[in-house]
Amino acid sequence: MLPPRFDYRRPGSLEEAVDLLAEHGDQAKVLAGGQSLIPLLKFRLAAPALLVDVNRVPGLDGLAEEGGHLRIGALVRHATLEREASLRGRYPAIAAAAPQISDPLVRNLGTVGGSLAHADPSGDWGAVMLALGASVVARSRRGEREIPVRELFRDTFTTSLEPDELLTEVRVPAPAGPVGGTYLKLERKVGDFATVAVAVHVEMRDGRIGRAGIGMAAVGPTNLRAEAAEAALAGAEPTEEAFAEAARLAAQAASPVSDVRGSAEYKRHVVEVYVRRGLAAAVERARAA
Amino acid sequence: MQVSCSVNGVPRTADVEPRLLLVHLIREVFDLTGTHVGCDTTSCGACTVLLDGTPVKSCTVLAVQADGREITTVEGLGQDGKLHPIQEGFKEEHGLQCGFCTPGMMLVAKALLERNPDPTEEDIRWAISGNICRCTGYVNIVKAIRWAARRMAEERPAAAV
Repeated sequence: MLPPRFDYRRPGSLEEAVDLLAEHGDQAKVLAGGQSLIPLLKFRLAAPALLVDVNRVPGLDGLAEEGGHLRIGALVRHATLEREASLRGRYPAIAAAAPQISDPLVRNLGTVGGSLAHADPSGDWGAVMLALGASVVARSRRGEREIPVRELFRDTFTTSLEPDELLTEVRVPAPAGPVGGTYLKLERKVGDFATVAVAVHVEMRDGRIGRAGIGMAAVGPTNLRAEAAEAALAGAEPTEEAFAEAARLAAQAASPVSDVRGSAEYKRHVVEVYVRRGLAAAVERARAA
Repeated sequence: MQVSCSVNGVPRTADVEPRLLLVHLIREVFDLTGTHVGCDTTSCGACTVLLDGTPVKSCTVLAVQADGREITTVEGLGQDGKLHPIQEGFKEEHGLQCGFCTPGMMLVAKALLERNPDPTEEDIRWAISGNICRCTGYVNIVKAIRWAARRMAEERPAAAV
């Protein structure tokens, strides 16, 4: 299956990359890992006139905690996060999600930034980054701005990135205090999209829940954040009753549709079960930390 | 657009359309048909090659992305008419039936054993989890890779004590 014809440029610097995007606007698409974009091209769901391959742009592959953030460069592959043992303590939701994305070969190429920019409602990183309160850095010839992930997803496959903007980095706030988190994903087989997935992040304060983040995949037109559940958990005692109430609120916030992977009713039920289990696991981990 | 890469250690150059997929460059331009096209949708792993030593699905990489890089295909496993221990393992343990998935399985095994020379069964199952064998011969594929790991350990000079 050949993709449609396109021009191809491989900029050697960030300036050159954003210049190309400024010139070509929405006629151009950025190629990073290509694990979503190349299938889209083959299926004729996208037909850009130009591909801007940023894989050789220096400086986009950094992964470091600095200035109160974990900074994940746009070219950091899923496999890098999967292998990075140092993330397991402070960023358990990331460490839990990385090995569950697609399959090992896709993880060798696919990127976190690309996954967010692609904005698939079944995307794993979208759910995780919503739970973590992360943001992305968008660079264009006009300058640089930071977009909270909760403002990034406008609709299915649609983000608030402008056509001339390049996503250069994902910024995850460093946790304050004991932290727990996990990623629970129901999938039919390795490599399939999630039937339902839930990302949970918890920061404890004086034995109570300080901040909780809950992100969901495959249960709406975009990745969704369970805002009411998060609000109910903030400052709460970490009890089974609190988890059950948050799970009920999260299931209410989900709007799944019935498809080959399951009925809407089933998916909503899985959200409830996963949020409850995820919160219990996250709090237990935070207490052990 | 010109692409220059190393394929199994041999420098190769081709003039290709940007939309050409790496698997077609390998099969149709370089005439190395050991790399198979299965699902063509990043699911099955029949088209697996090593790109700078890392397994990737070559139906989901553009040929132009391989410019300046090293590609290893199944044809690069055996050396001087001698089978690679991974190929021997697949033969000894009956790690294939129809053989369609075998090149991909052997290449992910090569990358695994380079990173982890003594993998557990779970490590092996993780490594091959992006590759589908529709003969469902997974048990013997796992055995074949363990066989290769043992053989490669025997062949390595003993570490100085």
